[in-house]
Amino acid sequence: MFFPISGAHISPVYLVIVGFLIGILGGFFGVGGSFIAGPALRAVGLDWNFAVGTDLAHIVGKSVVAAKRHRALGNVDLRLGLIMALGTIGGAEVGAQLIQMLKRAGNVNLVVSIVSIAVYLSISTFMMWESRKTLISQKGRLPRGKVTGGKIKQDHSEFMHVTRAIQRLKIWPLIALPASGVKAISLWIILLVAFVGGLFSGFLGGGAGYIRMPSMVYVLGIPTHLAVGTDLFEIIISASYGTFSHAIKGNVDILIALVMHTGAAIGAQIGAISTQYFAGPKIRLAFVPLPLIGAAIVIYTLMTGHKL
Amino acid sequence: MKSDTAKTLRAFLIELVIYALLVVGYFFLVLHFLGEGLHRLEIQHRNTYAAVAILLIIGQAVVLESVTTLLLRLLRGRSE
Repeated sequence: MFFPISGAHISPVYLVIVGFLIGILGGFFGVGGSFIAGPALRAVGLDWNFAVGTDLAHIVGKSVVAAKRHRALGNVDLRLGLIMALGTIGGAEVGAQLIQMLKRAGNVNLVVSIVSIAVYLSISTFMMWESRKTLISQKGRLPRGKVTGGKIKQDHSEFMHVTRAIQRLKIWPLIALPASGVKAISLWIILLVAFVGGLFSGFLGGGAGYIRMPSMVYVLGIPTHLAVGTDLFEIIISASYGTFSHAIKGNVDILIALVMHTGAAIGAQIGAISTQYFAGPKIRLAFVPLPLIGAAIVIYTLMTGHKL
Repeated sequence: MKSDTAKTLRAFLIELVIYALLVVGYFFLVLHFLGEGLHRLEIQHRNTYAAVAILLIIGQAVVLESVTTLLLRLLRGRSE
């Protein structure tokens, strides 16, 4: 199939399958899946700038489907999502500026690669340690089978003492997040978490869901299922902003995104529905390989000089 | 338990086939005709193209979500 905007010839079946796989990951983990979509689009000859912008447009559509499904399951905290979108957009702008500064200094690739490898490995190691510890301590107490309603809110984490200490910081203004079961938390802490996620998104590319989703669980104390759903809702806003910005620069082939999205729409629903069958710590443990894949791609790029 | 899983799997496979047919029809009827118009818009009016791009992807997401939900209801005989 010929896509006139980017001038690329790509099989629509390939795009649908890639979209489907990323849709499952997005619906289940609340991530955009850029670390797979970017290389997958590059592999069929799409220019790097089009791969980045088009992937963002596809993320918007996939997140709409997955967030709608998560909302029906009671997994979206709208108030938290809207606040976080503000912080994410601000952070993404600063991250993009940082990249420009490093470009001028002439060492952007090395710095970004080293930072991203360190971040990916830290997240994976920490989440593996925490989720395994929680699963061992909660053995026999975690709900089995379909996890619905109030049981979803009963998330457990061995890092909860740190989360509670963060929630006790009374920095005005404090807001309540009743949908997430948080009685009071400083607005600044939420904005900071979102800002850091946005910063990495602008700095490393993609949606940075691999940072935001764990941060929501461990720093803000949001139950895992709600963190996944709320992150997807938040991604709709921040990825729409990114898509608009890239489209103005001529980096979006919306036809490719629309074709990819036909696969992602069904994958995202499967992923979102599947979260009902797993307790929070199990979702977090299953999340561990995702940042490792990201790290492996960066290491490959560093060693071969061939950008995936 | 096993028969439940088999039923769910069968319903899902039927859904996938119907969905695939709908999507193929959509490729040829809609995207094929949209291509040239969007290309022209992208060259001549970049800001309008950016806004249309977002509206298109969100609109498609809402429609496809409704289609898949409807298919799930029809095939499984219950609301998800």
